[in-house]
Amino acid sequence: MMGMERALSRMSLLLVLLLASSALAGQGRFTALSADGLHDPKVPAIELLQQPADGMGSLPPSSSGNMVDWNEAVRGGYIRPRATLLEEGEVRLLDTDILMPRTGDALVVRFPHREHTEWLDCSNCHPKPFAEEAGKTPVSMLQILMGDYCGQCHGAVAFPLTECARCHSVSHDEYREYRSNR
Amino acid sequence: MMNIASTAAIADRRGRWLARWACALLLGPLLLSPVPAAAEYGDVILNRNAEQEGVPPVIFPHWFHRIRFRCKVCHTELGFEMRVGANPMEMSGMTEGQYCGACHNGEIAWGLDQCVMCHSGKPGLSTDIRGGHETSGPGRW
Repeated sequence: MMGMERALSRMSLLLVLLLASSALAGQGRFTALSADGLHDPKVPAIELLQQPADGMGSLPPSSSGNMVDWNEAVRGGYIRPRATLLEEGEVRLLDTDILMPRTGDALVVRFPHREHTEWLDCSNCHPKPFAEEAGKTPVSMLQILMGDYCGQCHGAVAFPLTECARCHSVSHDEYREYRSNR
Repeated sequence: MMNIASTAAIADRRGRWLARWACALLLGPLLLSPVPAAAEYGDVILNRNAEQEGVPPVIFPHWFHRIRFRCKVCHTELGFEMRVGANPMEMSGMTEGQYCGACHNGEIAWGLDQCVMCHSGKPGLSTDIRGGHETSGPGRW
């Protein structure tokens, strides 16, 4: 009798925790506008503005930033963001990778033009802050952390700077092999 | 008939059982709840002029706009510098189609007469870029 009661109480505790976590998981990825610390909950527009959970809740998830995999959202057709407001806007896709090998102990950085040109125009990065010629612009991690170069977007709107491995992704051996094959 | 000692033991057990329930109910959600008051990653507060001019600060959500537009639309075609506070936006210019006014004209998006749709920030916020899942990057440095 006593054993059963104890088991029951343990199970109920587990059940409550599970229920609480699932209830929070449903809405937990996004904060309501009225509770985000920026919007004034008394402003009537709060009822009309799109809630983050409504806008992003059904998009492919990621573990940082907006908690959305924005590249997958576009490629998978979940969203179709306009590329221009002009009659004849140009989408200039470039599919080359830039490798940045002077990373000390960290892995070599692979910069994919493809993902960047899907969202941005060449002129957003060239010639400022990056010269067109690869390797011409010295960049340090400190400058990036201070909000310059990659840090203009990464850490502000693009995936944050805690996602080291998304850029530092090529081993020095692989890089040497790639260089020797050129 | 039960003796007093065993009745007390049962009452004690019931008390502990209740206490466990209460703990689970109170502590469970607390432990599992996310950090409160987290703005969305990339939310921008614009308050260079707003409150001085007697209207609440503007909250610009990057997430809302990037669902609908690629970065380059605003950051190339509309001329927005990629630095919070670096863009000299004025309502007078927007009514002529500059900056936000290129879309917020009642055709592509709600018009500039819908003040509180954008001027919806809490009083006293300063111009900044915020986010819940951030790295203390440009918004903080």
